[in-house]
Amino acid sequence: MINEAYPVFMESLQVIMVLVAAPLLVGWIRMLKCWSQGRTSAGIFQPFRDLSKLFIKETVLAENVSWIFTATPYIVFGATVLAGAIIPILSVDLPLSATADIIALVAIFAIARFFMALAATDIGTAFGGMGASREMMVSSLAEPAVLMSVFTVSLVSSSTSLSHMAHTLTSSPIVLRPSLAFAFLAFVLIAIAETGRIPVDNPSTHLELTMIHEAMILEYSGRHLALIEWSNMMKLFLFASLGIASFFPWGIAGADNIKMLPMALLALALKLALAGIFVVVIETVLAKMRVFRVPEFLGFAFLLATLGMLSHFILE
Amino acid sequence: MQNSPLELSLLSVILFLITAAIAPMLSSRQGLLIKLSFTFSSVSAFIAAMSGFMSVSAGTVDRITLLIGLPDLPFYLRLDPLSGFFAAIISLLGFFISIYSIGYVRAFIGHRSVTPLVVFYNLFMAGMLLVLLSDDAYFFMVSWELMAVSSFFLVCFEDDHAQNRRAGFLYLIMAHIGAVLILLSFGLMAGFANGFENFSGYTFSAMRYSHMPDVWATVAFLLAFFGFAMKAGVFPLHAWLPEAHPVAPSNVSALMSGVMLKTAIYGIIRVAFDLLHVSDWWWGGIVLIFGLISAVMGVLYALMQNDLKRLLAYSSVENIGLILVSIGLAMIFKSFNMGVLASLALMAALYHSFNHAMFKGLLFMGAGAVLHSTHQRNMESMGGLIHKMKWTAPLMLLGCLAASGLPPLNGFVSEWLTFQSFLLSPALPSSLLNLLIPLGAALVALTGALAARCYIKVYGVTFLGRWRGEHNTVIQEAGWAMRLGMIMAALACLALGVFPTFVIGWMDVIPEMLVEAKISTSANASGWLWLTPVAAERASYSAPLVFLGVLAIILAIYKAFRSKSMPVRRVPAWDCGLGGLTNRMQYSSTSFSMPTRRIYGFLFNIKETVKYGVNPYLPMFNNKFIYHLKIRDRIWHIFYKPFADASFWIARRVSRLQHGRIQIYLLYSFITLIILLVFA
Repeated sequence: MINEAYPVFMESLQVIMVLVAAPLLVGWIRMLKCWSQGRTSAGIFQPFRDLSKLFIKETVLAENVSWIFTATPYIVFGATVLAGAIIPILSVDLPLSATADIIALVAIFAIARFFMALAATDIGTAFGGMGASREMMVSSLAEPAVLMSVFTVSLVSSSTSLSHMAHTLTSSPIVLRPSLAFAFLAFVLIAIAETGRIPVDNPSTHLELTMIHEAMILEYSGRHLALIEWSNMMKLFLFASLGIASFFPWGIAGADNIKMLPMALLALALKLALAGIFVVVIETVLAKMRVFRVPEFLGFAFLLATLGMLSHFILE
Repeated sequence: MQNSPLELSLLSVILFLITAAIAPMLSSRQGLLIKLSFTFSSVSAFIAAMSGFMSVSAGTVDRITLLIGLPDLPFYLRLDPLSGFFAAIISLLGFFISIYSIGYVRAFIGHRSVTPLVVFYNLFMAGMLLVLLSDDAYFFMVSWELMAVSSFFLVCFEDDHAQNRRAGFLYLIMAHIGAVLILLSFGLMAGFANGFENFSGYTFSAMRYSHMPDVWATVAFLLAFFGFAMKAGVFPLHAWLPEAHPVAPSNVSALMSGVMLKTAIYGIIRVAFDLLHVSDWWWGGIVLIFGLISAVMGVLYALMQNDLKRLLAYSSVENIGLILVSIGLAMIFKSFNMGVLASLALMAALYHSFNHAMFKGLLFMGAGAVLHSTHQRNMESMGGLIHKMKWTAPLMLLGCLAASGLPPLNGFVSEWLTFQSFLLSPALPSSLLNLLIPLGAALVALTGALAARCYIKVYGVTFLGRWRGEHNTVIQEAGWAMRLGMIMAALACLALGVFPTFVIGWMDVIPEMLVEAKISTSANASGWLWLTPVAAERASYSAPLVFLGVLAIILAIYKAFRSKSMPVRRVPAWDCGLGGLTNRMQYSSTSFSMPTRRIYGFLFNIKETVKYGVNPYLPMFNNKFIYHLKIRDRIWHIFYKPFADASFWIARRVSRLQHGRIQIYLLYSFITLIILLVFA
């Protein structure tokens, strides 16, 4: 009985954790950032307060928008939660993890982005179109790079199933693989671009010359904005977990072993906290780059990922 | 059901021909003609689709010999699962489009006679089916020409624009250069099958069992590949495609883009796998490279377009490229005798052929509905159609999602299968291929991402936002027949996307026939919910669960967070507090693709000029801003212009022979006669 219930229990635990831990991670990053800039922080729980404030606020729609605009927050949220149920964050033995392999996972994130860009053009102002155009510029360069990067990992484990990839890495002896090093570097660069962090995009700016993601969601308010903000936090969390699952999976609970759960939770918290520190360091030392420097940045990531794949074919 | 699939498809061909024959008799009553003839076409397309589906399900080979044609050269007909599969695609989309046409073609009443459209539409359908059914080179070429010529007349249907006539002419020339290459290839194969002196080698069955020397097999393959590539619109042989597809009536564009290109894919598969039995791996390499170039260049050119139908035409170049990539991989695997992988890659190619037919058909039908109501193809002056076209807009959205390769729609399934076949390639023994294949995977990934960008532009600029045009046109929703055609195509896209295991199980007999291996045993090993092409731990994708999962979460969230107590307020969009937002201030198609122009500009021939008008009172501010942008196919100057110029130059030189005097022409005949007598 316990054996049958275990995967389902892990699955629900993981979904709840993604929903709760994502705002915590963002709160952690913001808190660190405040400290590093010598400001007093609002605490690690501030994102929860922001979200609950948005949920009770009135929803205001622009005059012209159609059903695409109102449906988008729900679709974005749904796709992100589904992605959260698939990535092996706590355990490699999730019933839903076979639903989509890494390629399908990238495509599930693409659904969210596709609708977000459509909603932005739905408003009928220059801001929305600008945001959509820029976001798609970034993603059209980042998506091939992210695929190349995870392909390299999947070549190592000769599988594209995320659980299987994590399992292979943890169960094989630790060797330094040049292909994985390249792929990891590329993945970091892409994760920064995909989650809209400095130096690609600044999540806290509303200056029209520089904003990408914020330009798209400018017209959202109330619960719609809350859903989008929440899924955005989850996206950051999920990209961090995806990086952990594909490159540093040690600590993720194996199959049928409930005793490993506390260890898995602890390891995850530790790794995410480190990821948060890493993000803060980058955001503190770097300035946001010009929009048209972004293709060079992402082109570099793409090159690194392709190099990783080539080195797997040639060296390993 | 007593009849064999082949008899059924012949019946449908005969029905098409009869419809074409009786159409001129009704030309005085155009309304009745449209209703009657397109109902007939849809019935015969339905019969042909049934026959195709039956043939694939049964997995049998039917043969008939028709004793018509030249003496001693009877027509051989054959329907095997491969041709049955393509017959199913072509006639299924033909069925949807015939229903759509009942509504669409009515728009021409009062402008021009639709009789030629009806006649050539049916001949075109019959020609495409006969190409698939023919089992000898001679009948194949006859059907190929029937298809090419009837589609030429369809492209030139609205012949009062010089642009349309030019497009038709270009199409005709290129179609025939391609046909000559195919003919030469068949000539070689027939010659080696049974000697160059007699004609008995001209049947496909003779070619199949002939043993050609490797060099000549390669020549035959290359001739056939480039001949078919011309028809398929492979870059850089695509120049006719973006000219001809947009100017044809939309129902014909849908047929041409959706399925006519597939006859060329069929030809490549038939020649490479069935007649020549792929011998060298680098044949596959060539197909792969041309596929990759077409995919990337096609989608980049598509992104630059402002003309809705032209954009869709370029997107067909991209999709044909993706299909060729999978075919190339399948050929490479086949040449190394890796049956399962070859079968996986071939499955990806066939699946994408099916998918592309359905979503491109849907998109062209949608573009037709837009054209029908706005009377223009320029996206720059459209916008906000979602408020007026309550049916077309969601259907087009499904088409755009499918074309962008997003789950749970069909475009994703074939893209996923292509990636899987790329990722399984490390087992290959050639190091050159090991360099080529990662780059290939990277380019396919790039293509997918750019396609999503392209379709966001299509949908965002055409259907969303506000009307950008100068005049307020009254927008009408498409009629019921048009909607029905689009709805069925959209449902096909959804079904192909959500139930891939059934589709793969159904068509697995084709790779089994061509590469002697099948994947359905492993692909469906974990039940119909899970698509596991090679093994469950290798890769899995569950389209039904993705579909249901997203849907369930969306509904749950919607129930949880949508509070009835708080009404939603509508206010003007944010205008930075300045006021006076106009519709012309929206992002347009040109501005949306600006980053792409900037990043990939070196691949195009771009001329961008900006003129300012200076305000005499405030010289610091410009009161006028004239922006002119011209983007041209760079390949035209490199590849086509020299040929066109050279042929004109030769024609002028040769024309010196002509003086218009009968004596001189008699002298020419006399000299020719003497020369022949001396040398013969």
